[in-house]
Amino acid sequence: MSTASAPTQTQDTAPITGAEIVLKALVDQGVEVIFGYPGGAVLPIYDALFQQNALRHILVRAEAGAVHAAEGYARSTGKVGVVLVTSGPGATNAVTGLVDALMDSIPIVCLTGQVPTHLIGNDAFQEADTTGITRPATKHNYLVKDIKNLSKVMHEAFHVARSGRPGPVVVDLPKDILMGKTAYTPAPETKHPSYRPRTEPDPRAIAQAVDLMVKAKKPILYTGGGIVNSGPEASKALIELAHLTGFPVTSTLMGLGVMPAADPLFLGMLGMHGTYEANLTMHGCDVMVNIGARFDDRVTGRLNAFSPNSRKIHADIDPSSINKNVRVDIPVVGDAGNVLRAMIAEWKKRVAEGAKPDKKALASWWEQIETWRKRDCLAYRKSTDIIKPQYALERLQAITAARDDVFITTEVGQHQMWAAQFMKFQKPNRWMTSGGLGTMGYGLPAAMGVQIAHPDALVVDVAGEASTLMNIQELSTIVQYRLPVKVFILNNQYMGMVRQWQELLHGSRYSESYMDSLPDFVKLAEAFGCVGLRATKLGEVDAVINEMIAVKRPVVVDMCVDQKENCFPMIPSGAAHNEMILGPTDKDAGSGSGKGPISEEGMVLV
Amino acid sequence: MNQASPIQRRTIAVLVDNEPGILARVVGLFSGRGYNIESLTVAETDADKHLSRITVVTSGSEMVIEQIKAQLDRLVPVHRVSDLTQEGPHVARELALVKVISKGNDRVEALRIADIFRAKAIDSTIGSFVFEITGSGEKINAFIELMAPLGLAEVSRTGIVAIARGEKRM
Repeated sequence: MSTASAPTQTQDTAPITGAEIVLKALVDQGVEVIFGYPGGAVLPIYDALFQQNALRHILVRAEAGAVHAAEGYARSTGKVGVVLVTSGPGATNAVTGLVDALMDSIPIVCLTGQVPTHLIGNDAFQEADTTGITRPATKHNYLVKDIKNLSKVMHEAFHVARSGRPGPVVVDLPKDILMGKTAYTPAPETKHPSYRPRTEPDPRAIAQAVDLMVKAKKPILYTGGGIVNSGPEASKALIELAHLTGFPVTSTLMGLGVMPAADPLFLGMLGMHGTYEANLTMHGCDVMVNIGARFDDRVTGRLNAFSPNSRKIHADIDPSSINKNVRVDIPVVGDAGNVLRAMIAEWKKRVAEGAKPDKKALASWWEQIETWRKRDCLAYRKSTDIIKPQYALERLQAITAARDDVFITTEVGQHQMWAAQFMKFQKPNRWMTSGGLGTMGYGLPAAMGVQIAHPDALVVDVAGEASTLMNIQELSTIVQYRLPVKVFILNNQYMGMVRQWQELLHGSRYSESYMDSLPDFVKLAEAFGCVGLRATKLGEVDAVINEMIAVKRPVVVDMCVDQKENCFPMIPSGAAHNEMILGPTDKDAGSGSGKGPISEEGMVLV
Repeated sequence: MNQASPIQRRTIAVLVDNEPGILARVVGLFSGRGYNIESLTVAETDADKHLSRITVVTSGSEMVIEQIKAQLDRLVPVHRVSDLTQEGPHVARELALVKVISKGNDRVEALRIADIFRAKAIDSTIGSFVFEITGSGEKINAFIELMAPLGLAEVSRTGIVAIARGEKRM
């Protein structure tokens, strides 16, 4: 990136075009890659891109793919992902990805073309009210109507996207602005007048929190994606705090990897398909320390039965996340890493001053947790012939366990939950999944973005056949840029999670959840120029996984798995943490067919 | 657990950048998250700094009110959010224009009541008055109620504007 160095930071007074200003701002903001798709309104930017070498443009096959790719890139690197699309349909196709990034707090800057300012509001060709449509889909958005504001808006967009609780920002760029000329201005040194997210926690709140923690008899650390967003140092601080205190740790779907899965203090994921031990520890704890998670409904289950006997500490960088779903006793506003470091310092100070955490109580709490662990809630009925989806993932985990460069993305559904349960993450930024919005079609383009950022890593999209088809066109992008992405399809020919809910809640009436006429994924892979592999029997699984990894090219694996397997454990909608359904192998869990505990009330929930 | 607390009414002042779309952001936030708006007023209050002041009257449980304030504060162009109801005494006023069409005794009575309420007739024809009345929402409601049998024809109200009492500044 030597081209991006010396001259760019200097105040250059010579007028340049709006398109050149956009690119210059991107380079100044440290951008290296843009995911995009051209069109009439953004042609000036594409023309400027053609004449430079500092920025790499990845040509996706549909705008939806561009945003997910940028999300994968952002989440695996901690940098801002950048998207460039045209006006009208270009922008509207990007909306799902923007909401996805909003829900999961992923920093994205999405540049959208717009019709020239004098045509705005006239229903011009490929015009859409992009700022109107994306207002609730973004953290913030801008329409640049005066080229004099362009540099400032570009820099501000990056600042807003990456600071505080990160999120997507749209900059809508009318074509006449891109073609006009003015001087470029570098990023301002001054603070933003109204946007000032709080990152340093209030020491009094930390003191109150540690007061509770020191006295805890049955504590838990409930960790989330906020720790990932804070950066790898925050994960290190979490590990230190956990070992300093001896507290058990659970994590949300978005937080997987912040605590190494191999750490004995880690109880696995919590929530609807979380582990028995994590959920019961949450239910029975007396002090809950939430760091960077948001009490999502997938985590809490029935609110009035959620962890009924605990005092709750909630640290979040976004004050609006606190007391939104669950009333907490001690709110702490701040960046997760800063909060964790402050808690460590305060804990050490207390202990040095003679505070004595109740080690005996903690030991018996751990005894209790171990009995829950022994329930082995992820056990499933083994097979000797048919491939169980859990088995396929267990093998993928086992075969890749020794590597330090494995990145997993997922689509949405059963396979996503199984991946969360069976893939073991030892580091943050290694797990990319659509948590909040639950966007089918996320994983394939996200994997593409991850691979762009980590060209030599093993990037696997754990997928279902239905989700994969939603953005299958991106295989073409993957081949064009020679990205050795592995698409690992657990093919059960059903929308598995829909089928599971229909079985459990709707009398096994499988309304429209079975897909006939699915493509032959091996031939499909070959048609795109990828390698296609298939396993239909248990004995073929290892060989297929090994070959998938050995081939230094994009691979699509068609793993033909048990069509009727359900994902357990499961907290049915509207149930409490201690009302989990365990799988059919659990001796006390009944059939696992869930005839019992789902209430009318629960059925209304999703 | 969270439904238990009673519904409260709050007057919230929001200082924002006067830029296109800001009102849509605020209104969209309320509609998108299902919060109530009882009244909302907005106008530029500082032309040099391009600041507008929004006064919104809303209602909800304690938890919802806290959410509303946090969500407003999170918007990038929002400078400050001030809960006037919570933060101490404040004055709140609304202006209404009330058109009354009537003849004879009703007309005389309307004028007499307007006088009691210190409403001004700012337009008058042989058959109609337009009254301007300022005061609390309750006062305006009372005035309108009294005008109903006296030929009330049309009402236009500004919604509440409010400011803290004393030396306290936002």
